[in-house]
Amino acid sequence: MKNGRLPLKRRAYSGFLMGLIGLSAAIAVGLIVGLIGYVFYRGLGHISWEFLSTARSALRGTIGILPNILFTLFLIITTLAIVLPIGIGAAIYLNEYATSRRLVRIIEFATETLAGIPSIIYALVGVLLFIQGLGLRVSILAGALTLSILSLPTIVRTTQEALRTVPVSYREGAFALGATKWYMIRTIILPSSLDGIVTGVILAVGRMVGESAALLFTAGTGYFLVTNYFEALHASGGTLSVMLFVYATEHGNFDVSFAIASILIFIVLLLNFGVKLVKRKLRRI
Amino acid sequence: MIEMNIICAKKLCLYYRDFQALKDIDLDVPAREITALIGPSGCGKSTFLRTLNRMNDLIQGVKITGEVTYHGENIYAGQVDVTALRKSIGMVFQKPNPFPMSIYDNVAYGPKLHDNLSKAELNDLVERSLRGAALWDEVKDRLKKSALSLSGGQQQRLCIARALSVSPDVLLMDEPTSALDPASTMKIEELMGHLKQDYTVVIVTHNMQQAARISDRTAFFLTGDLVESGKTDEIFSMPKDKRTEDYITGRFG
Ligand SMILES: Nc1ncnc2c1ncn2[C@@H]1O[C@H](COP(=O)(O)OP(=O)(O)OP(=O)(O)O)[C@@H](O)[C@H]1O
Ligand SMILES: [Mg+2]
Repeated sequence: MKNGRLPLKRRAYSGFLMGLIGLSAAIAVGLIVGLIGYVFYRGLGHISWEFLSTARSALRGTIGILPNILFTLFLIITTLAIVLPIGIGAAIYLNEYATSRRLVRIIEFATETLAGIPSIIYALVGVLLFIQGLGLRVSILAGALTLSILSLPTIVRTTQEALRTVPVSYREGAFALGATKWYMIRTIILPSSLDGIVTGVILAVGRMVGESAALLFTAGTGYFLVTNYFEALHASGGTLSVMLFVYATEHGNFDVSFAIASILIFIVLLLNFGVKLVKRKLRRI
Repeated sequence: MIEMNIICAKKLCLYYRDFQALKDIDLDVPAREITALIGPSGCGKSTFLRTLNRMNDLIQGVKITGEVTYHGENIYAGQVDVTALRKSIGMVFQKPNPFPMSIYDNVAYGPKLHDNLSKAELNDLVERSLRGAALWDEVKDRLKKSALSLSGGQQQRLCIARALSVSPDVLLMDEPTSALDPASTMKIEELMGHLKQDYTVVIVTHNMQQAARISDRTAFFLTGDLVESGKTDEIFSMPKDKRTEDYITGRFG
Protein backbone atom coordinates (compact mmCIF):
# COMPACT_ATOMS: atom_id res chain seq x y z
CA MET A 1 0.00 0.00 0.00
CA LYS A 2 1.23 3.46 -0.81
CA ASN A 3 1.28 6.08 1.87
CA GLY A 4 0.15 8.71 -0.55
CA ARG A 5 -3.29 7.11 -0.80
CA LEU A 6 -4.10 7.83 2.83
CA PRO A 7 -6.09 11.01 3.30
CA LEU A 8 -4.17 13.86 4.83
CA LYS A 9 -6.30 13.87 7.96
CA ARG A 10 -5.57 10.24 8.73
CA ARG A 11 -1.90 10.66 8.06
CA ALA A 12 -1.79 13.61 10.41
CA TYR A 13 -3.71 11.63 13.01
CA SER A 14 -1.43 8.61 12.87
CA GLY A 15 1.60 10.87 12.89
CA PHE A 16 0.23 12.55 16.00
CA LEU A 17 -0.26 9.15 17.67
CA MET A 18 3.23 8.02 16.73
CA GLY A 19 4.53 11.22 18.25
CA LEU A 20 2.67 10.56 21.49
CA ILE A 21 3.97 7.00 21.69
CA GLY A 22 7.49 8.22 21.05
CA LEU A 23 7.10 10.86 23.72
CA SER A 24 5.89 8.33 26.31
CA ALA A 25 8.80 6.08 25.52
CA ALA A 26 11.22 8.98 25.80
CA ILE A 27 9.75 10.04 29.16
CA ALA A 28 9.93 6.48 30.53
CA VAL A 29 13.50 5.88 29.39
CA GLY A 30 14.53 9.39 30.36
CA LEU A 31 13.17 8.98 33.87
CA ILE A 32 14.94 5.69 34.42
CA VAL A 33 18.24 6.77 32.96
CA GLY A 34 17.98 10.12 34.70
CA LEU A 35 17.25 8.50 38.03
CA ILE A 36 20.09 6.03 37.85
CA GLY A 37 22.40 8.69 36.51
CA TYR A 38 21.52 11.09 39.30
CA VAL A 39 22.00 8.46 42.00
CA PHE A 40 25.38 7.52 40.60
CA TYR A 41 26.31 11.19 40.23
CA ARG A 42 25.52 11.91 43.86
CA GLY A 43 26.73 8.59 45.26
CA LEU A 44 29.71 7.18 43.41
CA GLY A 45 32.05 9.90 44.61
CA HIS A 46 31.53 8.90 48.22
CA ILE A 47 32.36 5.26 47.74
CA SER A 48 35.88 4.52 48.83
CA TRP A 49 37.76 1.46 49.97
CA GLU A 50 37.49 2.65 53.54
CA PHE A 51 33.74 3.10 53.13
CA LEU A 52 33.36 -0.49 51.97
CA SER A 53 35.80 -2.18 54.31
CA THR A 54 35.24 -0.64 57.73
CA ALA A 55 32.52 -0.19 60.27
CA ARG A 56 31.15 3.13 61.37
CA SER A 57 33.39 4.64 63.99
CA ALA A 58 32.06 7.26 66.34
CA LEU A 59 35.55 7.96 67.69
CA ARG A 60 37.10 8.71 64.35
CA GLY A 61 33.86 10.07 62.94
CA THR A 62 34.14 7.87 59.86
CA ILE A 63 31.39 5.94 58.19
CA GLY A 64 31.77 2.45 56.76
CA ILE A 65 29.24 -0.09 55.65
CA LEU A 66 31.11 -3.38 55.90
CA PRO A 67 28.87 -4.64 58.74
CA ASN A 68 25.80 -3.77 56.72
CA ILE A 69 27.11 -5.57 53.66
CA LEU A 70 27.65 -8.65 55.82
CA PHE A 71 24.26 -8.30 57.48
CA THR A 72 22.60 -8.11 54.08
CA LEU A 73 24.47 -11.22 52.99
CA PHE A 74 23.67 -13.15 56.18
CA LEU A 75 20.06 -12.13 56.01
CA ILE A 76 19.66 -13.32 52.44
CA ILE A 77 21.41 -16.61 53.11
CA THR A 78 19.25 -17.28 56.15
CA THR A 79 16.07 -16.30 54.35
CA LEU A 80 16.89 -18.54 51.39
CA ALA A 81 17.70 -21.43 53.70
CA ILE A 82 14.25 -21.08 55.21
CA VAL A 83 12.17 -20.14 52.23
CA LEU A 84 13.59 -22.31 49.45
CA PRO A 85 12.80 -25.74 50.89
CA ILE A 86 9.36 -24.61 52.00
CA GLY A 87 8.53 -22.62 48.86
CA ILE A 88 9.81 -25.11 46.31
CA GLY A 89 8.37 -28.00 48.28
CA ALA A 90 4.99 -26.30 48.42
CA ALA A 91 5.06 -25.56 44.70
CA ILE A 92 5.90 -29.18 43.90
CA TYR A 93 3.13 -30.35 46.17
CA LEU A 94 0.56 -28.00 44.68
CA ASN A 95 1.52 -28.81 41.11
CA GLU A 96 2.24 -32.49 41.25
CA TYR A 97 0.59 -34.05 44.26
CA ALA A 98 -2.43 -32.09 45.45
CA THR A 99 -5.60 -33.83 44.38
CA SER A 100 -8.21 -31.31 45.44
CA ARG A 101 -8.45 -28.78 42.64
CA ARG A 102 -10.54 -26.47 44.82
CA LEU A 103 -7.98 -26.38 47.57
CA VAL A 104 -5.20 -25.69 45.08
CA ARG A 105 -7.15 -22.84 43.57
CA ILE A 106 -7.80 -21.32 46.98
CA ILE A 107 -4.13 -21.56 47.92
CA GLU A 108 -3.08 -20.06 44.61
CA PHE A 109 -5.47 -17.20 45.08
CA ALA A 110 -4.04 -16.67 48.55
CA THR A 111 -0.42 -16.67 47.36
CA GLU A 112 -1.27 -14.23 44.60
CA THR A 113 -2.95 -11.90 47.04
CA LEU A 114 -0.14 -12.18 49.57
CA ALA A 115 2.43 -11.39 46.90
CA GLY A 116 0.74 -8.02 46.39
CA ILE A 117 0.48 -6.93 50.03
CA PRO A 118 2.61 -3.93 51.10
CA SER A 119 5.69 -5.08 52.95
CA ILE A 120 5.06 -2.84 55.97
CA ILE A 121 2.26 -5.24 56.85
CA TYR A 122 4.76 -8.07 56.95
CA ALA A 123 6.83 -5.98 59.36
CA LEU A 124 3.82 -5.86 61.66
CA VAL A 125 3.33 -9.61 61.37
CA GLY A 126 7.04 -10.16 62.00
CA VAL A 127 7.06 -8.05 65.14
CA LEU A 128 3.93 -9.72 66.50
CA LEU A 129 4.92 -13.24 65.60
CA PHE A 130 8.64 -13.47 66.09
CA ILE A 131 9.55 -10.71 68.49
CA GLN A 132 6.52 -10.54 70.74
CA GLY A 133 5.34 -14.08 70.08
CA LEU A 134 8.54 -16.13 69.99
CA GLY A 135 10.42 -13.63 72.12
CA LEU A 136 13.25 -13.20 69.63
CA ARG A 137 15.40 -10.12 69.81
CA VAL A 138 15.35 -7.59 66.99
CA SER A 139 17.91 -9.51 64.97
CA ILE A 140 18.97 -10.92 61.67
CA LEU A 141 17.09 -14.12 62.52
CA ALA A 142 13.84 -12.27 63.19
CA GLY A 143 14.39 -10.30 59.99
CA ALA A 144 15.07 -13.45 57.99
CA LEU A 145 11.92 -15.11 59.32
CA THR A 146 9.89 -12.05 58.38
CA LEU A 147 11.50 -11.88 54.97
CA SER A 148 10.79 -15.58 54.50
CA ILE A 149 7.08 -15.01 54.97
CA LEU A 150 7.27 -12.05 52.65
CA SER A 151 9.02 -13.88 49.84
CA LEU A 152 7.30 -17.23 50.25
CA PRO A 153 4.33 -16.41 47.99
CA THR A 154 6.61 -15.16 45.24
CA ILE A 155 8.86 -18.21 45.41
CA VAL A 156 5.86 -20.54 45.35
CA ARG A 157 4.36 -18.74 42.39
CA THR A 158 7.48 -18.49 40.26
CA THR A 159 8.36 -22.12 40.99
CA GLN A 160 4.87 -23.24 40.07
CA GLU A 161 5.11 -21.32 36.83
CA ALA A 162 8.45 -22.95 36.09
CA LEU A 163 7.07 -26.41 36.83
CA ARG A 164 4.11 -25.77 34.57
CA THR A 165 6.35 -25.18 31.58
CA VAL A 166 7.40 -28.84 31.63
CA PRO A 167 5.29 -30.58 28.98
CA VAL A 168 2.86 -33.31 30.00
CA SER A 169 4.48 -35.53 27.40
CA TYR A 170 7.72 -35.69 29.41
CA ARG A 171 5.81 -36.80 32.47
CA GLU A 172 3.93 -39.42 30.49
CA GLY A 173 7.15 -40.66 28.93
CA ALA A 174 8.68 -41.21 32.35
CA PHE A 175 5.58 -42.82 33.84
CA ALA A 176 5.27 -45.13 30.84
CA LEU A 177 8.74 -46.46 31.67
CA GLY A 178 7.61 -47.31 35.17
CA ALA A 179 9.01 -44.28 36.98
CA THR A 180 7.50 -43.41 40.32
CA LYS A 181 6.22 -39.90 40.75
CA TRP A 182 9.07 -38.70 42.91
CA TYR A 183 11.68 -40.22 40.61
CA MET A 184 10.00 -38.52 37.66
CA ILE A 185 9.98 -35.19 39.49
CA ARG A 186 13.63 -35.51 40.45
CA THR A 187 14.92 -36.59 37.07
CA ILE A 188 12.61 -34.84 34.61
CA ILE A 189 10.60 -32.01 36.15
CA LEU A 190 13.21 -30.35 38.35
CA PRO A 191 16.08 -30.41 35.83
CA SER A 192 13.94 -29.06 33.03
CA SER A 193 12.41 -26.30 35.13
CA LEU A 194 15.63 -25.41 36.94
CA ASP A 195 16.31 -22.27 34.93
CA GLY A 196 12.85 -20.93 35.68
CA ILE A 197 13.20 -21.71 39.37
CA VAL A 198 16.66 -20.14 39.63
CA THR A 199 15.46 -17.07 37.76
CA GLY A 200 12.59 -16.69 40.22
CA VAL A 201 14.96 -17.05 43.15
CA ILE A 202 17.38 -14.45 41.81
CA LEU A 203 14.56 -11.98 41.27
CA ALA A 204 13.36 -12.70 44.81
CA VAL A 205 16.87 -12.01 46.11
CA GLY A 206 16.72 -8.71 44.26
CA ARG A 207 13.60 -7.84 46.18
CA MET A 208 15.20 -8.90 49.47
CA VAL A 209 18.14 -6.63 48.78
CA GLY A 210 15.78 -3.73 48.25
CA GLU A 211 13.47 -4.46 51.18
CA SER A 212 13.47 -1.98 54.01
CA ALA A 213 10.03 -1.57 55.55
CA ALA A 214 9.73 -5.18 56.66
CA LEU A 215 13.22 -5.17 58.18
CA LEU A 216 13.43 -1.88 60.01
CA PHE A 217 11.65 -3.20 63.11
CA THR A 218 12.58 -6.88 62.83
CA ALA A 219 16.24 -6.99 61.81
CA GLY A 220 16.95 -3.58 63.23
CA THR A 221 19.50 -0.93 62.40
CA GLY A 222 22.66 -2.28 64.03
CA TYR A 223 25.99 -1.24 62.58
CA PHE A 224 28.55 -3.06 64.71
CA LEU A 225 30.82 -5.41 62.86
CA VAL A 226 29.90 -9.07 63.42
CA THR A 227 31.80 -11.45 61.19
CA ASN A 228 30.60 -14.68 62.78
CA TYR A 229 27.43 -15.80 61.05
CA PHE A 230 25.91 -17.44 64.11
CA GLU A 231 26.54 -14.42 66.26
CA ALA A 232 25.08 -12.20 63.59
CA LEU A 233 21.87 -14.20 63.65
CA HIS A 234 21.16 -12.86 67.12
CA ALA A 235 22.47 -9.36 66.57
CA SER A 236 20.54 -6.35 65.45
CA GLY A 237 21.77 -5.62 61.95
CA GLY A 238 20.79 -2.99 59.42
CA THR A 239 20.84 -4.15 55.82
CA LEU A 240 22.02 -1.76 53.13
CA SER A 241 18.51 -0.64 52.23
CA VAL A 242 17.58 -0.05 55.84
CA MET A 243 20.77 1.93 56.44
CA LEU A 244 20.09 4.03 53.37
CA PHE A 245 16.84 5.02 55.00
CA VAL A 246 18.42 5.50 58.42
CA TYR A 247 21.28 7.69 57.20
CA ALA A 248 18.89 9.85 55.21
CA THR A 249 16.22 10.30 57.86
CA GLU A 250 18.09 10.14 61.16
CA HIS A 251 21.40 11.63 60.26
CA GLY A 252 20.41 13.70 57.26
CA ASN A 253 23.54 12.30 55.66
CA PHE A 254 22.48 12.12 52.05
CA ASP A 255 25.98 11.52 50.75
CA VAL A 256 26.08 8.16 52.49
CA SER A 257 22.54 7.38 51.40
CA PHE A 258 23.35 8.03 47.79
CA ALA A 259 26.54 6.00 48.05
CA ILE A 260 24.53 3.06 49.40
CA ALA A 261 21.89 3.60 46.74
CA SER A 262 24.56 3.39 44.05
CA ILE A 263 25.76 0.10 45.49
CA LEU A 264 22.19 -1.24 45.63
CA ILE A 265 21.52 -0.30 42.03
CA PHE A 266 24.76 -1.96 41.08
CA ILE A 267 23.77 -5.18 42.93
CA VAL A 268 20.37 -5.26 41.29
CA LEU A 269 21.93 -4.76 37.86
CA LEU A 270 24.32 -7.59 38.64
CA LEU A 271 21.45 -9.87 39.69
CA ASN A 272 19.51 -9.13 36.53
CA PHE A 273 22.59 -9.88 34.53
CA GLY A 274 22.84 -13.14 36.49
CA VAL A 275 19.30 -14.03 35.40
CA LYS A 276 20.29 -13.63 31.76
CA LEU A 277 23.35 -15.77 32.33
CA VAL A 278 21.35 -18.50 34.05
CA LYS A 279 18.83 -18.60 31.23
CA ARG A 280 21.60 -19.06 28.71
CA LYS A 281 23.67 -21.54 30.73
CA LEU A 282 20.89 -23.83 31.86
CA ARG A 283 19.11 -23.98 28.53
CA ARG A 284 21.88 -26.10 27.14
CA ILE A 285 19.73 -28.92 25.75
CA MET B 1 -5.40 -73.65 23.74
CA ILE B 2 -4.67 -72.48 20.22
CA GLU B 3 -3.07 -69.19 21.06
CA MET B 4 -2.26 -67.41 24.23
CA ASN B 5 -3.98 -64.14 24.98
CA ILE B 6 -1.58 -62.01 26.92
CA ILE B 7 -4.05 -59.19 27.60
CA CYS B 8 -7.80 -59.54 27.90
CA ALA B 9 -10.28 -56.74 28.47
CA LYS B 10 -13.54 -57.88 30.01
CA LYS B 11 -16.64 -55.72 30.19
CA LEU B 12 -14.38 -52.70 30.36
CA CYS B 13 -16.08 -49.32 30.79
CA LEU B 14 -14.33 -46.01 31.24
CA TYR B 15 -15.83 -42.69 32.26
CA TYR B 16 -14.28 -39.24 32.07
CA ARG B 17 -16.39 -37.83 34.90
CA ASP B 18 -19.91 -38.19 33.46
CA PHE B 19 -18.89 -39.00 29.93
CA GLN B 20 -18.66 -42.68 29.06
CA ALA B 21 -15.75 -43.11 26.64
CA LEU B 22 -15.60 -46.92 26.60
CA LYS B 23 -18.65 -49.15 26.70
CA ASP B 24 -18.36 -52.80 27.70
CA ILE B 25 -15.24 -53.58 25.73
CA ASP B 26 -14.33 -57.26 25.42
CA LEU B 27 -11.09 -57.72 23.55
CA ASP B 28 -8.29 -60.27 23.66
CA VAL B 29 -4.76 -59.46 22.61
CA PRO B 30 -2.78 -62.51 21.50
CA ALA B 31 0.92 -62.73 22.29
CA ARG B 32 3.52 -61.96 19.63
CA GLU B 33 1.09 -60.50 17.20
CA ILE B 34 0.29 -57.01 16.11
CA THR B 35 -3.18 -55.86 17.03
CA ALA B 36 -4.40 -52.70 15.30
CA LEU B 37 -7.07 -50.46 16.80
CA ILE B 38 -8.94 -48.47 14.18
CA GLY B 39 -11.93 -46.17 14.18
CA PRO B 40 -12.91 -42.55 13.61
CA SER B 41 -11.48 -39.74 15.72
CA GLY B 42 -12.84 -39.60 19.24
CA CYS B 43 -14.10 -43.19 19.31
CA GLY B 44 -11.91 -44.14 22.26
CA LYS B 45 -8.88 -45.87 20.71
CA SER B 46 -6.31 -43.93 22.70
CA THR B 47 -8.44 -44.19 25.80
CA PHE B 48 -8.58 -47.96 25.43
CA LEU B 49 -4.86 -48.22 24.75
CA ARG B 50 -4.11 -46.21 27.86
CA THR B 51 -6.23 -48.47 30.03
CA LEU B 52 -3.84 -51.32 29.22
CA ASN B 53 -0.92 -49.81 31.16
CA ARG B 54 -3.02 -47.69 33.48
CA MET B 55 -1.89 -44.39 32.00
CA ASN B 56 -5.41 -43.10 32.54
CA ASP B 57 -4.66 -43.11 36.26
CA LEU B 58 -2.90 -39.81 35.63
CA ILE B 59 -6.09 -38.11 34.47
CA GLN B 60 -8.39 -36.69 37.11
CA GLY B 61 -11.97 -37.87 37.20
CA VAL B 62 -11.44 -41.14 35.36
CA LYS B 63 -13.53 -44.07 36.57
CA ILE B 64 -13.11 -47.60 35.30
CA THR B 65 -15.30 -50.67 35.70
CA GLY B 66 -14.81 -54.18 34.38
CA GLU B 67 -11.33 -55.60 34.19
CA VAL B 68 -8.18 -55.89 32.17
CA THR B 69 -6.11 -58.99 32.76
CA TYR B 70 -2.45 -59.29 31.98
CA HIS B 71 -1.19 -62.87 32.11
CA GLY B 72 -4.47 -63.68 33.78
CA GLU B 73 -4.25 -61.11 36.57
CA ASN B 74 -6.52 -58.11 36.82
CA ILE B 75 -4.33 -55.02 36.53
CA TYR B 76 -6.98 -52.91 38.25
CA ALA B 77 -6.93 -55.07 41.38
CA GLY B 78 -5.91 -53.30 44.54
CA GLN B 79 -2.39 -54.57 45.14
CA VAL B 80 -0.99 -54.19 41.63
CA ASP B 81 2.40 -52.50 41.37
CA VAL B 82 1.72 -49.97 38.63
CA THR B 83 5.39 -49.20 38.01
CA ALA B 84 6.14 -52.88 37.42
CA LEU B 85 3.13 -53.12 35.14
CA ARG B 86 4.31 -50.15 33.07
CA LYS B 87 7.77 -51.64 32.88
CA SER B 88 6.26 -54.76 31.30
CA ILE B 89 3.84 -52.88 29.09
CA GLY B 90 5.72 -50.10 27.35
CA MET B 91 4.23 -47.22 25.44
CA VAL B 92 5.13 -45.10 22.44
CA PHE B 93 3.15 -41.92 22.03
CA GLN B 94 1.67 -40.18 19.03
CA LYS B 95 3.99 -37.21 19.29
CA PRO B 96 7.62 -38.21 19.78
CA ASN B 97 8.46 -37.20 23.34
CA PRO B 98 12.16 -37.70 23.99
CA PHE B 99 13.34 -36.21 27.29
CA PRO B 100 15.45 -33.04 27.07
CA MET B 101 18.66 -34.97 27.63
CA SER B 102 21.25 -36.69 25.49
CA ILE B 103 20.34 -39.57 23.20
CA TYR B 104 22.25 -41.92 25.48
CA ASP B 105 20.55 -40.68 28.64
CA ASN B 106 17.13 -41.07 27.04
CA VAL B 107 17.70 -44.75 26.43
CA ALA B 108 19.48 -45.26 29.75
CA TYR B 109 16.69 -43.62 31.72
CA GLY B 110 14.52 -46.71 32.08
CA PRO B 111 17.30 -49.19 32.91
CA LYS B 112 18.78 -46.81 35.49
CA LEU B 113 15.37 -46.63 37.07
CA HIS B 114 14.91 -50.35 37.47
CA ASP B 115 18.31 -52.01 37.66
CA ASN B 116 21.72 -51.27 39.04
CA LEU B 117 23.81 -51.85 35.94
CA SER B 118 27.51 -51.34 35.50
CA LYS B 119 28.70 -48.78 33.00
CA ALA B 120 29.60 -51.49 30.49
CA GLU B 121 26.29 -53.29 30.86
CA LEU B 122 24.46 -50.02 30.42
CA ASN B 123 26.44 -49.15 27.29
CA ASP B 124 25.64 -52.54 25.93
CA LEU B 125 21.95 -52.22 26.69
CA VAL B 126 21.75 -48.77 25.13
CA GLU B 127 23.35 -50.09 21.97
CA ARG B 128 21.05 -53.11 21.81
CA SER B 129 17.96 -50.96 22.33
CA LEU B 130 19.02 -48.48 19.66
CA ARG B 131 19.76 -51.34 17.27
CA GLY B 132 16.38 -52.81 18.10
CA ALA B 133 14.77 -49.55 17.05
CA ALA B 134 16.91 -49.37 13.88
CA LEU B 135 18.50 -46.13 15.02
CA TRP B 136 21.97 -47.21 16.09
CA ASP B 137 23.79 -46.54 12.84
CA GLU B 138 22.41 -43.04 12.60
CA VAL B 139 23.31 -41.94 16.13
CA LYS B 140 26.24 -44.06 17.25
CA ASP B 141 28.64 -41.16 16.74
CA ARG B 142 26.60 -38.62 18.65
CA LEU B 143 25.15 -40.40 21.64
CA LYS B 144 26.00 -37.46 23.88
CA LYS B 145 24.12 -34.98 21.71
CA SER B 146 20.71 -33.70 22.70
CA ALA B 147 17.86 -35.97 21.70
CA LEU B 148 15.95 -32.88 20.63
CA SER B 149 18.43 -32.37 17.79
CA LEU B 150 17.15 -35.49 16.04
CA SER B 151 14.58 -35.41 13.25
CA GLY B 152 10.98 -36.31 14.07
CA GLY B 153 11.34 -39.81 12.65
CA GLN B 154 14.57 -40.37 14.53
CA GLN B 155 12.99 -39.04 17.71
CA GLN B 156 10.15 -41.52 17.37
CA ARG B 157 12.57 -44.39 16.89
CA LEU B 158 14.47 -43.12 19.92
CA CYS B 159 11.24 -43.32 21.87
CA ILE B 160 10.82 -46.89 20.64
CA ALA B 161 14.38 -47.64 21.74
CA ARG B 162 13.60 -46.08 25.10
CA ALA B 163 10.54 -48.30 25.43
CA LEU B 164 12.57 -51.38 24.44
CA SER B 165 15.33 -50.58 26.94
CA VAL B 166 13.38 -51.96 29.89
CA SER B 167 12.66 -55.23 28.03
CA PRO B 168 8.90 -54.98 28.01
CA ASP B 169 6.54 -57.75 27.10
CA VAL B 170 4.03 -55.61 25.29
CA LEU B 171 4.42 -52.40 23.31
CA LEU B 172 1.50 -50.00 23.08
CA MET B 173 1.81 -47.55 20.21
CA ASP B 174 -0.57 -44.64 19.76
CA GLU B 175 -0.41 -43.50 16.14
CA PRO B 176 3.39 -43.72 16.21
CA THR B 177 3.77 -42.63 12.60
CA SER B 178 1.12 -39.95 12.31
CA ALA B 179 3.65 -37.15 12.77
CA LEU B 180 6.18 -38.65 10.38
CA ASP B 181 6.99 -38.50 6.68
CA PRO B 182 6.51 -41.54 4.45
CA ALA B 183 10.16 -42.60 4.60
CA SER B 184 10.25 -42.59 8.41
CA THR B 185 6.87 -44.29 8.47
CA MET B 186 8.23 -47.07 6.25
CA LYS B 187 11.18 -47.52 8.59
CA ILE B 188 8.97 -47.84 11.63
CA GLU B 189 6.55 -50.22 9.91
CA GLU B 190 9.48 -52.38 8.90
CA LEU B 191 10.69 -52.24 12.45
CA MET B 192 7.36 -53.44 13.78
CA GLY B 193 7.58 -56.50 11.56
CA HIS B 194 10.76 -57.40 13.46
CA LEU B 195 9.45 -56.39 16.84
CA LYS B 196 6.58 -58.83 16.80
CA GLN B 197 9.02 -61.72 16.94
CA ASP B 198 9.82 -60.71 20.50
CA TYR B 199 7.01 -58.44 21.57
CA THR B 200 3.29 -58.18 21.53
CA VAL B 201 2.27 -54.94 19.84
CA VAL B 202 -0.97 -53.01 20.11
CA ILE B 203 -1.08 -50.07 17.71
CA VAL B 204 -3.60 -47.32 17.12
CA THR B 205 -3.68 -46.09 13.56
CA HIS B 206 -5.80 -43.90 11.33
CA ASN B 207 -4.17 -45.32 8.28
CA MET B 208 -6.20 -48.23 6.88
CA GLN B 209 -3.39 -49.35 4.60
CA GLN B 210 -1.04 -49.38 7.54
CA ALA B 211 -3.42 -51.50 9.58
CA ALA B 212 -3.87 -53.91 6.68
CA ARG B 213 -0.14 -54.04 5.97
CA ILE B 214 1.29 -54.64 9.38
CA SER B 215 -1.31 -56.08 11.72
CA ASP B 216 -2.43 -59.62 12.37
CA ARG B 217 -5.60 -58.61 14.10
CA THR B 218 -7.79 -55.56 13.90
CA ALA B 219 -10.34 -54.11 16.27
CA PHE B 220 -12.81 -51.49 15.05
CA PHE B 221 -14.09 -48.94 17.56
CA LEU B 222 -17.00 -46.59 17.13
CA THR B 223 -18.14 -44.01 19.72
CA GLY B 224 -16.88 -46.04 22.63
CA ASP B 225 -18.10 -49.42 21.36
CA LEU B 226 -15.99 -52.22 20.03
CA VAL B 227 -17.94 -52.99 16.87
CA GLU B 228 -15.91 -55.84 15.53
CA SER B 229 -12.57 -57.53 16.00
CA GLY B 230 -10.78 -60.44 14.39
CA LYS B 231 -8.07 -61.44 11.97
CA THR B 232 -7.01 -58.49 9.85
CA ASP B 233 -7.52 -60.33 6.53
CA GLU B 234 -11.05 -61.22 7.49
CA ILE B 235 -11.94 -57.76 8.78
CA PHE B 236 -10.67 -56.17 5.62
CA SER B 237 -11.99 -58.73 3.13
CA MET B 238 -15.35 -59.63 4.64
CA PRO B 239 -16.35 -57.47 7.59
CA LYS B 240 -19.39 -58.82 9.40
CA ASP B 241 -20.74 -55.45 10.41
CA LYS B 242 -22.01 -52.90 7.94
CA ARG B 243 -20.44 -50.07 9.94
CA THR B 244 -17.01 -51.69 9.76
CA GLU B 245 -17.35 -52.04 6.01
CA ASP B 246 -18.40 -48.42 5.64
CA TYR B 247 -15.44 -47.29 7.66
CA ILE B 248 -12.71 -49.31 6.00
CA THR B 249 -13.97 -48.49 2.55
CA GLY B 250 -13.81 -44.86 3.50
CA ARG B 251 -17.49 -44.09 3.45
CA PHE B 252 -17.26 -42.29 6.75
CA GLY B 253 -14.78 -41.41 9.45
N1 LIG C 1 -8.89 -36.27 29.45
C1 LIG C 1 -10.13 -36.35 28.94
N2 LIG C 1 -11.18 -35.79 29.59
C2 LIG C 1 -12.43 -35.85 29.10
N3 LIG C 1 -12.75 -36.46 27.94
C3 LIG C 1 -11.76 -37.04 27.24
C4 LIG C 1 -10.41 -37.02 27.70
N4 LIG C 1 -9.64 -37.67 26.80
C5 LIG C 1 -10.50 -38.09 25.83
N5 LIG C 1 -11.77 -37.71 26.10
C6 LIG C 1 -12.95 -38.02 25.27
O1 LIG C 1 -13.07 -39.41 25.14
C7 LIG C 1 -13.41 -39.76 23.82
C8 LIG C 1 -12.39 -40.72 23.26
O2 LIG C 1 -11.14 -40.04 23.16
P1 LIG C 1 -9.85 -40.75 22.59
O3 LIG C 1 -8.73 -39.82 22.74
O4 LIG C 1 -9.72 -42.08 23.19
O5 LIG C 1 -10.24 -40.89 21.05
P2 LIG C 1 -9.37 -41.49 19.86
O6 LIG C 1 -10.16 -42.60 19.28
O7 LIG C 1 -7.99 -41.78 20.30
O8 LIG C 1 -9.37 -40.27 18.85
P3 LIG C 1 -8.21 -39.81 17.87
O9 LIG C 1 -8.22 -40.76 16.76
O10 LIG C 1 -8.63 -38.44 17.45
O11 LIG C 1 -6.93 -39.81 18.62
C9 LIG C 1 -13.50 -38.46 23.04
O12 LIG C 1 -14.85 -38.11 22.93
C10 LIG C 1 -12.77 -37.48 23.89
O13 LIG C 1 -13.34 -36.20 23.75
MG1 LIG D 1 -6.05 -40.93 19.90
